[in-house]
Amino acid sequence: MNPETLASYSNLSVYAAMLVVMLAMLAFVVDLAQTRVRTLHDASVADATAADASEAPAPVLANASSGASVGARPSSARAASDATNPADPFYPAGPVDDGTAAPVRRQWAGMGLSLFSLGTLLMLAAVVLRGLSVMRAPWGNMYEFLLTGTMVIALVFTILAMTRDLRWMGSFVSAVVLLMLGMCLVVYTDASQLMPALKSYWLVIHVSVAFVSTALFTIGAIAAALFLFKDASESLGVVPTKGLKGKLYAATPSAKALDRFSYSLHIASFPLWTFTLIAGAIWAENAWGRYWGWDPKEVWTFVIWVVYAAYLHARATTGWKIRSATWIALAGYACILINFFVVNKFFVGKHSYSGM
Amino acid sequence: MRRHGSSTKDPAAHETPAASGTTETRRPDDVQQPDIGVLGLLRWAWRQLTSMRTALFLLLLLAVAAVPGSVWPQRSVDPVRVRTYLQEHTTAGPWMDRLRLFDVYSSPWFAAIYLLLFISLIGCVLPRCRVLWRETRGGPVRAPLRLARLPEHREVEVAATPEHALETARRVLGRQRFRLRPADTSVDATGAPGQATAYVSAEKGFLRELGNLVFHLALIGVLIGVAVGHLWGWKGDVIVPATRTFANSIFSDTQGSFDTLAAGPLVDLEDLPPFIVRVNEVNVAFETGAGGSQFGQPRFFDASVTTQDSPTAAPRNQVMSVNNPLHFGSTSVFLLGNGYAPVITVRDKTGKVVMREPVVFRPQDNNYTSTGAVKVRATSPQLGFEGIFAPTISDQNLRANPVSDFPGPALPGLLLTLWQGELFPDGAPQSVYALDTSKMTQPKTAAGLPVRIALRLGETKAIAGDRGTVTFESLPRFAGLSVRYDPGKELTLACSLLALAGLIASLTIRRRRVFVRVREQDGRTLLMVGGLAKGEDVRLGDAVDRVTESILEELPRHES
Repeated sequence: MNPETLASYSNLSVYAAMLVVMLAMLAFVVDLAQTRVRTLHDASVADATAADASEAPAPVLANASSGASVGARPSSARAASDATNPADPFYPAGPVDDGTAAPVRRQWAGMGLSLFSLGTLLMLAAVVLRGLSVMRAPWGNMYEFLLTGTMVIALVFTILAMTRDLRWMGSFVSAVVLLMLGMCLVVYTDASQLMPALKSYWLVIHVSVAFVSTALFTIGAIAAALFLFKDASESLGVVPTKGLKGKLYAATPSAKALDRFSYSLHIASFPLWTFTLIAGAIWAENAWGRYWGWDPKEVWTFVIWVVYAAYLHARATTGWKIRSATWIALAGYACILINFFVVNKFFVGKHSYSGM
Repeated sequence: MRRHGSSTKDPAAHETPAASGTTETRRPDDVQQPDIGVLGLLRWAWRQLTSMRTALFLLLLLAVAAVPGSVWPQRSVDPVRVRTYLQEHTTAGPWMDRLRLFDVYSSPWFAAIYLLLFISLIGCVLPRCRVLWRETRGGPVRAPLRLARLPEHREVEVAATPEHALETARRVLGRQRFRLRPADTSVDATGAPGQATAYVSAEKGFLRELGNLVFHLALIGVLIGVAVGHLWGWKGDVIVPATRTFANSIFSDTQGSFDTLAAGPLVDLEDLPPFIVRVNEVNVAFETGAGGSQFGQPRFFDASVTTQDSPTAAPRNQVMSVNNPLHFGSTSVFLLGNGYAPVITVRDKTGKVVMREPVVFRPQDNNYTSTGAVKVRATSPQLGFEGIFAPTISDQNLRANPVSDFPGPALPGLLLTLWQGELFPDGAPQSVYALDTSKMTQPKTAAGLPVRIALRLGETKAIAGDRGTVTFESLPRFAGLSVRYDPGKELTLACSLLALAGLIASLTIRRRRVFVRVREQDGRTLLMVGGLAKGEDVRLGDAVDRVTESILEELPRHES
């Protein structure tokens, strides 16, 4: 096949992915709409079932004299306390879903996940075809960055969703992915060769890690935003029972579980971003003769690093609430957005590869 | 965030009996501060500076302070854009300059932030090094008496004697790479190992704190590496037309030496490595296949060069490209730019050649519309031309709107505007790329217009006023080279990688303490495992489970 055909198949894949991800989003939204908002009666029933479920794995360790509370795994005690929010699908029986308490089947969410995985495969195909059409890593302009970035977000989410129950997040992630695919169309650039500065194996090292890191930060930011929503309600002590807010409240994990998830994603991503920074500096030294020159892209990569470093510090600072720390994490994500959408296009610098 | 100014009433800093005891007798206008003295004040300031919340504040401040440098042009990055900006903003510009907004990263306020941050870092990290050292030497602590109070604990009944159970626990924990506290051999009053001593204390994850400390200390190393580069490093830029030679020395004649040279304060410029680079050919290709914004984008760029490590060394042929610099010892030469250097010949009215050389025209836009200056010294009065060069331009545009349509040399055109007078007033140094017209005049045509000469490649035209002829002979390209020496970069790299390793260790390794106690009750042996973590640890419960289950695998559980 000639390059033009491959490139056009890549574009077709993008359109197909948009359609499939849109269907996935609709399925997730239907699932969200089906969430039963808890009433007082439900709560007591749910608490009881949650307690039963958590008792199940406990007998692994024989209870001694001091009764159930000693032998029971505190993790299940935690699940019981989390069960004040009965629909906590994230950690149904403690921090690790060890398979003993299978999450409830939800048809629409399952459909959403399957469709989303299909969409991910289509995006993967689009990236690979684009790469084949130009015989290089397809990371040479804004369109290609955006397409691959979107694909990596979808891929990371799909992989994460295999190991834990992330159905509550599906509608948000597919909305973000759909939005980004839409932006791909706006910044579409014809397939062509790289500019000389990008012809280096460091392109693969530096940019691929940046993609994974950004994807983790993105999913982490969604979880962080949901945490803020959930925490605001929980700390007020008022459980929203009506409308979208009520559904959303009932469908998402507890604030504590959300925060744990978001924090672990940020922790995984921060060293990757550090690596991106270092690899970028090594490449810059090779290409431009200096490892650091305060080019706008370098400045913002540094700013992002510092803000997320501040987030990690805020987590460890006594007197800083998790809420406030989470705002710092979201500020960090805002910087990532600026770094991608504003710096590439509007700031004059050596990273002007947007091809727009 | 708490302000420094308002924190004088910080109870932690000022809680003395005197202060709290005199509260009632104090009149509002007679605020009695406890006398903490100069030393106390210093100690208080130090404690504030090294506190975590100050570090956090400084981190956020650093992030904010770095932003202006990406918004406004920086002298260190692009001095020409700064000059243009200042010319366009005559009111705000000078004030912004006074605030060092065009030199953000060398400004005192930026330096103040990162230096305070590093002092805070040192003040925070050094005591922690001491603590870690003590803890590592001391080994795991004694087990608390009531393990049931620990955040994670399990109790199981085992079919074994207490001694055997403890022995097994020690073995299991050792196998799981815990550090163990040596067994306490003291006995209670009855001569048997007492409740206080019948335990196992184990700890793991010292590498977490070590990694954290290494990360922070390595950041200091990065800063030192950057400083070394600034003090002992230098960089020079030079434009070399094809077939010309560059010598890396400040002593070489004007031709072929640095256009700009910036060196750290501790550099001996007379001691530069004396290598020589002759640019044989510069090869550049631009996109012609893809349409839209990709059309005309650079696609290929390299230069074949002949180098000598010193004037007496054997010449070597090499190819350099954007990601592939030349190395002479620890000095490197990078290929950064390219453009055109049309060879221009000027003859006087007798036909004698008064100038023939490649004249560098520096690109001003992506299509290589370039500007340059032709300086004819050998005539009297001296002649000068302000020139615009376009590699691809129509006849019509060359006269009316000299802007290039494509960066490749498809239809090159040169437009020269004549000046006459003194090229080098007072012999002051001046740019090679522009005319200093302060002592020159612009001859006019009969119609009263400036004398302009449009040339195509190979053309010769007469200079109006019987001043001879000018020829556009050939069109070699030039290579923009940058010569760099940074003795700090290896240290910076090593420290960055060390910081990354420390970071990964500190974020992935968990520091946990596990204690095991055994007690007998009604003839049964009860074994309790307790776990304690430093910092946030979601998986502590799992770790305690793992330990408990491993012990149970080796000790039959009591079947009841």
